[in-house]
Formats: sequence, C-alpha cells, structure tokens
Amino acid sequence: MFGSYYRTEKIWQIRWKGARKLENAMLLSPANSSQKALISGIEAEAGTSINLCYQCGKCTGGCPAAFAMDYPPRQVIRLLQLGLVEEALNAESIWICASCETCSSRCPRGVDIASLMDTMRREALKRGKKDKRVAAFNKAFLFNVKNFGRTYEAGLLLQYNLTTGQLFKDMGLGLPMMQRGKVSVLPEKIKARDEMKKIFERAEKLGGEQ
Amino acid sequence: MKFAYYPGCSADGSGIEYGLSMERTAKILGFELQELEDWNCCGATSGHNTNKLLSLALPARNLAIAEKTGLNMMIAPCAACYSRHRNAEHTVQHDPEMKKKIEQVLDMELQGTTETLSILDVLVNKIGTDAIAAQVKNPLTTMKAASYYGCLLVRPVEHTGFDDPEDPQTMDKIMKALGADAVEWSHKTECCGAALVTSRPDVGTRMLYRVLKDAQESGAECLVTACPLCMLNLDMRQTAVEKEYKEKFNLPIYYVTELLAIACGDEPKTVGLEKHFVEAGQYLQTVKVRAQEAKAAAEKAAQEAAAKASASKGKAAKTGDATAEPDQKKIEAFKTALTKTPDKMAAKLVADAAQAGILASILDEKRIEKLANLMAKDMELAQKAAAAFVQQELKRQGECQD
Repeated sequence: MFGSYYRTEKIWQIRWKGARKLENAMLLSPANSSQKALISGIEAEAGTSINLCYQCGKCTGGCPAAFAMDYPPRQVIRLLQLGLVEEALNAESIWICASCETCSSRCPRGVDIASLMDTMRREALKRGKKDKRVAAFNKAFLFNVKNFGRTYEAGLLLQYNLTTGQLFKDMGLGLPMMQRGKVSVLPEKIKARDEMKKIFERAEKLGGEQ
Repeated sequence: MKFAYYPGCSADGSGIEYGLSMERTAKILGFELQELEDWNCCGATSGHNTNKLLSLALPARNLAIAEKTGLNMMIAPCAACYSRHRNAEHTVQHDPEMKKKIEQVLDMELQGTTETLSILDVLVNKIGTDAIAAQVKNPLTTMKAASYYGCLLVRPVEHTGFDDPEDPQTMDKIMKALGADAVEWSHKTECCGAALVTSRPDVGTRMLYRVLKDAQESGAECLVTACPLCMLNLDMRQTAVEKEYKEKFNLPIYYVTELLAIACGDEPKTVGLEKHFVEAGQYLQTVKVRAQEAKAAAEKAAQEAAAKASASKGKAAKTGDATAEPDQKKIEAFKTALTKTPDKMAAKLVADAAQAGILASILDEKRIEKLANLMAKDMELAQKAAAAFVQQELKRQGECQD
C-alpha cells in the first residue's frame, strides 16, 4: 500500500533530466578530467546523481552512525560535488556506514546515498584503500560462501580474529554459542560447490568491467 | 497456501529459534513451506560491499531455483536475506542489461516471476491478524512489547513497500492480535549496528545501546524482532552493552514467530526459548500471572456489578411500582436543565473540567434523553454513561486526526 505512495522512480527520472542541465555547474569545480570521470563512474554504478543534493543535511541528521564519522553523509556528497573524490574515498565514514538505508529513504531529492556509499566502498577496495577490520570481515564471510555455499559462523569468527590479530576477541561468546547449539563446529555445505566457485570467478571477471 | 521457503544460513545456526518457530508458525496457521533445493547464502552485506554483480548473482541463483518450483511467492524470514533477494528481484525486473550479466554469471535463465516476502508481510497481508487471533490459546495480555523492525525489512521502500518506512505497523498489529500491548517508541527502524558490532564495536555498541535505552524509556519490558542479526546483537551482546554503559537493561528479546507459537499453545522449549542469552522464560511467566490476575479482577468486577443490580431490583420490587418507575416529572426537569444549562449539568456529571466541556458540546436530543432517564434513576449510572460519551468523542477525534 505504501509502495505506490513512496515509489520515487518516476520523480527520480524527471529530476535526473533536470540535473543534467546543471552540468555547467561542474565547470566551476576544481576537479580535473580524471576526477570527473571517476565521479561520473561512481554515479553511474550507484544509479544516482550527486548534483541533485542541495545540502539540507537530512541524511546526516538521521544517520545512526554519524557520531563516529569523519565526514558525515552530507559532507561526503559535498566532497564529491567539489571534485575531491580521493578525499571521499579515503574517508573513514564509508567504512562506518552500516548500509541501513535511512539516508536514502529520507532524502527529499531522491539521492541514493546508501548506494553511493556502497559504490565508494567497492571503489576504495579496488584501489587498496580500506578499513582493515571491515574488509577482513567481508573477505572471511565471502571466503566461506565461495567454498561452502553457506555462511560458516565459527570459521568466519576464527578467520576474522586471525587476520585482524585479535585472537581472543569474542572468545567468551564462542562456548555459550556452542552449548546452545547455535554454532556448528563444521561448516554446512551445499552440493553445488563447484557452481559457486564458478559464479564467484565469473562475477569477479565481469564485475571488474563496470 | 503454499510458499517457497528460503531459511537463510542462520536458521540452523545462530538464529536456530527463528527457524524452529518459523516452522511452528506455518503449522499453526496452516500454510505450507517448501524449502528451496540446495539454496546458497545471499552474500549479505559483505557481498554488496565487495562486488555489485556478485551481490546480485548470489540471491538470483536462489530466485532461479524458486522459479523452477512453480511457486511464485517465497518467504525469506531473515531481514538481510529478504533485502538481498528483493534487490536482485527488482534488478532482474527493471534492468535488462544487468539481468543479462547476472544470467551470464549464473549460467541460468531468469524469468523474474518470484516475489520474495517477509514474514511480517505474510502474517498480516496473506494470513491476516483475525486468523492469527483465532488461533490464540494463551493471550499475552499485559505484555509490554516494543516491536523492533530494524533497517532492512522496511527500507529501501521501493524494494520492500509493505509497510511504512518511518512508523511501520505490521509487527505491532501481530502483537495486538496475540493480546500484547504494543509500546509506542521512536527507535522502531533505527539500525542495531549490524556487522559493525563485530568489526567496529566502538561504533556498533553505541548504536545498540540507543535502541535498548529507548525501548526501556518508552516502558517496554521486552523487544520483538523479525531479524536474526538484530536478535544476535540485542540478545547476545546485551551484557556487553550493559557493562560498557554501566546500566541494567535485562530486556528479553523474542522473535515474533516465537511469541506467536507460544501464544497459540506451544511450550517455550519447542521453539528453543531456552537458547536465548538474556533469560526469556521468566518474563513470559510474569506475563502469564499478570494476565490471570487481570482476568480474575475483571470477572470479580462483573460479578459484583451483577449482584448490585439484582439487589437494587429486589429493593425496587419491595417498595412497589410507584417508586420503581423513575418519576416522569423528575426526568422532564433533568431534560430541561440539560438543554438550558448544559455546562452546569455536565460539570455535575464529569469531574474533569476539560472533559465536562467536551460533554456539554456533544449533548444532543438522544444523549439528553438517555442521561435524564439515568439521572432520575441512579446518579452513578448517569455519570458512567457520561464518561462513556466523552471517551467515544475523544476516540472519534483521535481517528479524525489520523
């Protein structure tokens, strides 16, 4: 029932056309052509436009993790608007974002900020700029999915702790988890494990082209 | 009704109670779950943080499997699984270029016919709260529950769309159908911190604290969730939050399906309630005792009222017909008074000045007739009727504002 009311795609398309006219405004920014190309690439992959943002700050106001960020969401967009894309990719904020989507769902201009954050995390990862702890968690998580087809919680925590050098982190929770039958010692495996590996390989190959 | 079923990785791991209670819920409400054959992990947040194409391909493989079953509705109880599948579904339907890429990665064809549903959507919009209420054997009367939706069940609304993203109501409706009180609170859709609680505890713990604190301050005695990660964080990490902030919460956390099964007659053990970290059985006992007391008190009040009524009837019979019938003259006098000086009379009937004002403003012929009759017979009854009129009016005004 709320779907039609909140559905923003149509409005977004209209706004996108309007934003195209603003392209001249970009001429005023100090960004060079490679920075501009990078920003356009990020916008295209995120499926949104930073030129729509009029800096009202509603995203930052609602962001549950803004208290820990060096550049809160509004400022991340501002950096991109000014062409300071390296600064934005280096920001700790993009790794603190929990992908809760509050910003995107509240933005009065229909900017998909969460999707931008997501795209910037992937871009930063490609460039070797990353938050070690978050990236280590993601890597450990996907390693299990690739090899077993499922999440393997015990393996995930062990691998995460080993790679981040926090050997005894959450050890106090491991035993109670096992006692409650909430974590199995061995991984659950699906039958189509070869297929999973192929999916990962092809996605890495094709996904890189974007 | 039959649904394809995607349990998600946590259903036999950290969220085992969710898996158990989900199956019980289906049995109790009489719908069938057909588990997808050889399903894989959706990739969750780690997937879309790393590779967009992969994050769409992983859930799309499950959608392709679901398409083969011929069932076009699939239940994904976990909020993250639900969100990822919903996202993939949306892309397959609206982005033909991306769809082609996904099919290439999967080496499978996609029709885009499967609709992934959250358990809240299924319970409220497919089964219906009346059907749920009909199965309740032990209502959770006097339970004060904060319905916690978290992020991904209601956002982004273009992908979810079954409830309001700011003040969702579906879980509240289910809790009311089970007899509980749904507490109004402001952190219904705030994020619990998700994986940050593990990877960045400095950030995640504070997010968790805010949710627990707001629930407590709003008068909730427990939280209800429909997401295994919210459960894991709120339940398993609650002690760590209490330690960090030097405050006691002691708030039991329940899956909405656990409470449904228990209210419909299941033993807490059947749904794995003893596996929780924050003790969850004791509060249910407290609720049970309170519910029994409330029921007994209501019965007692009803009996007393009945006894009083029969006593006054006996009295009236003894004194004869002349006084048993309220004096017509008296009624007429009250009627004129009510019509001419409604403010004065209303103040006599209702103690609260503001409410008396409301009563005076809504007095029409019908209401005056009734009140005058009652005032001539028994002042106490008239006051009760007046209070009821005021309540009715207040409720009507409240509904208009909505």
